[in-house]
Amino acid sequence: MTKATETLMPEHTAAHDNLSHEHDHHEHHGAPAGLMRWVLTTNHKDIGTLYLWFAFIMFLVGGAMAMVIRAELFQPGLQIVDPNFFNQMTTVHGLIMVFGAVMPAFTGLANWLIPMMIGAPDMALPRMNNWSFWILPFAFSMLLGSLFMEGGGPAFGWTFYAPLSTTYSSDSTALFVFSVHIMGISSIMGAINVIVTIFNMRAPSMTWMKMPLFVWTWLITAFLLIAVMPVLAGAVTMVLTDKFFGTSFFDAAGGGDPVMFQHIFWFFGHPEVYIMILPAFGIISQIVPTFARKRLFGYASMVYATASIALLSFIVWAHHMFTTGMPVFAEMFFMFATMLISVPTGVKVFNWVATMWRGSMTFEIPMLFALAFIVLFTIGGLSGLMLAITPVDFQYHDTYFVVAHFHYVLVTGAVFSIMAAVYYWLPKWTGKMFNITLAKWHFWCSLISVNVLFFPMHFVGLAGMPRRIPDYSLQFADYNQWISIGGFAFGLSQLIFLVLVIKACRKEGEPVTSQVWEGAEGLEWEIPSPAPYHTFETPPKVK
Amino acid sequence: MQQQYERYYVPAQSPWPIVGAVALFLIAVGAGNTVIEATNGESGHGGKILAVGIVALLVMLFGWFKNQIDESMSGLYSSQLGRSYRQGMSWFIFSEVMFFAAFFGALFYARVISVPWLGGASNNAMTNDVLWPAFEAMWPLIQTPGGTTTQQMSAAGLPTINTIILLISSVTLHFAHVGLEQNKRKQLTIMLGVTILLGLAFLSLQVEEYIHAYQELGLTLQSGIYGNTFFLLTGFHGMHVTLGTLILIVLFFRILKGHFTPQNHFAFQAGSWYWHFVDVVWVMLFLFVYVL
Repeated sequence: MTKATETLMPEHTAAHDNLSHEHDHHEHHGAPAGLMRWVLTTNHKDIGTLYLWFAFIMFLVGGAMAMVIRAELFQPGLQIVDPNFFNQMTTVHGLIMVFGAVMPAFTGLANWLIPMMIGAPDMALPRMNNWSFWILPFAFSMLLGSLFMEGGGPAFGWTFYAPLSTTYSSDSTALFVFSVHIMGISSIMGAINVIVTIFNMRAPSMTWMKMPLFVWTWLITAFLLIAVMPVLAGAVTMVLTDKFFGTSFFDAAGGGDPVMFQHIFWFFGHPEVYIMILPAFGIISQIVPTFARKRLFGYASMVYATASIALLSFIVWAHHMFTTGMPVFAEMFFMFATMLISVPTGVKVFNWVATMWRGSMTFEIPMLFALAFIVLFTIGGLSGLMLAITPVDFQYHDTYFVVAHFHYVLVTGAVFSIMAAVYYWLPKWTGKMFNITLAKWHFWCSLISVNVLFFPMHFVGLAGMPRRIPDYSLQFADYNQWISIGGFAFGLSQLIFLVLVIKACRKEGEPVTSQVWEGAEGLEWEIPSPAPYHTFETPPKVK
Repeated sequence: MQQQYERYYVPAQSPWPIVGAVALFLIAVGAGNTVIEATNGESGHGGKILAVGIVALLVMLFGWFKNQIDESMSGLYSSQLGRSYRQGMSWFIFSEVMFFAAFFGALFYARVISVPWLGGASNNAMTNDVLWPAFEAMWPLIQTPGGTTTQQMSAAGLPTINTIILLISSVTLHFAHVGLEQNKRKQLTIMLGVTILLGLAFLSLQVEEYIHAYQELGLTLQSGIYGNTFFLLTGFHGMHVTLGTLILIVLFFRILKGHFTPQNHFAFQAGSWYWHFVDVVWVMLFLFVYVL
């Protein structure tokens, strides 16, 4: 789609920079050494790396909590942890995976890639970029620290419904509230940076409809973040005042309503769901054309579909609340609005398939993950369509069917897309090809185990097994053992990925060319591998 | 072939973001512990941690802004960078709009849904019969289903005066901006000074109104959903006016030092946008909390 002219060949850029170096004492080429490089940095590539490593560590921490959950659920009855601790594990697992793993991983990719894809010298506001990142380790150490407080950490589910989070929660709720506040500040600043970068920092000829889809999807994601993270801040603030200052937003005795909490939360929560999947759509739309060696089918329709999904996400929130006793017209409205989303989503899946149609396909590791994404995300999307149907949702609500649904879209959707992205761009970042044998092991182990883990959840859910309960009825025992075995296997498979990434960061492996993948197109593939510390200090010409 | 572009200023390493991150961490931990200790009547270190965090945040803001002002004054900034700042500020204000939207949403939900339903509206006759049969829906909710009573805050008097004050302050700030753009420094200084005084007047009258609410009307933060929405909406608005006034005061001293030119005054523009935004929020508040 986009190509830089010869003015941007690596040799030329280097020569040009050497010349300008003597004239401009503000230049600061190359990475500074030592730990303080990472603490004080304003470089989008450093900050991207920090985000990605932080997300990976949080993915392993949240994954360890999932292992506790699966160990407890391996057999019926209570054996390993007490119910209150089980509740803390489900709660913090969810919070960590959503706010600590998936969102920071996408932000890390945005940091690394957006400036390189649009020909910008860096993010628009580099110091604020650093601030956005460094808030996160503090926010999450606070959240994790609250687990060790008297009375335990948050145990009300990641959705912190009132009155579980108000009347019935432990003191540490105050720390939960303030840690969510500072996470929100981080996300909003990160999103402002992305939007401003895309609006203001594109190379002069990088027009809107030439932008890579990853950039488009992140632009729309950033808009969603700025629109809904403040609403989350409002929700946690009301929980704080209800619990500690005697207000009754969520208490009918004072004229409030616990259901109002759900409305406010899901007004944030549903766009949040798309915040975690739109960048994934962008990634898949970058990868599939490369390995199908064809242009993306229906570029413009992809852009419009992304925007439609984002707009619709604001009017579907109450499909999470069909069983709260809303009036029938509200149930109907939210059911049909939700089903409407399957249209633009279907457009996307169709376009990916049409891109591959009669393409010269090869199956390198990023493509394997992308293909797994397309198939498995579609399964998650279809179970979502089932959940959208109000009358049958009364049966599925709060069962393992819901757990199966959102893990298909989040794990085999969002997480697989992040892994695809890492495999796709890692050689560009390090300059070396990763260990392909390990990557194949990682892919196949993950693919098999993740389906052993999540597919049977559909069955136990349809049969009525409730979620978030540490014990279950005997007839669910066999399936739960399969699920737990799949869970442990999936957890272990990620250690392969950890080893692979560490080896890649230590620059082991064969050197790669600038283009890395034969069919790859776009500005990021026209700069050397590894990408120099500073790129595009003067804007490239885009064809 | 190589076109000539203005270079986009990418700052070198900076210590301020990490100071800011630590400051927010201390504020969050300190505030959390303060709340817990106050609720349980314990003594602890929450307040101290919070205070250290706030001081650290102020140091960070001072240092960070000083860096930026120095960079701006030494001509490092291009017009493209100015656009980044302006767009960044606009999106920040949009995020603030959405923050207030959450509380306005709670207000509308209470007025349109939860209170009428508790009184038996829609298909909720049984809700009323079973839970609080004596409860009658009304707004303002001066008697809650649980039995807490309070009185309504009238729109006449202080709230109306405050509305007029804030509306005038937006006009004076606009004339200050015009003065800056036409390089009439005297008009700029006087009009900005007047705006700051109006802001301070608003804040002191707001304190007066809270005292009136607590001591004479019995309208408190605990008075059910009416008091909750009243104090959270006006309280957060008041915090924003305070911040806005502080921004204007900083701008005032920078103007006395001769900063800003008719072409180049992002900080002034940002402060002014923020002030107008706070003003618009008040108009909405005045309509939906006091008048209607």
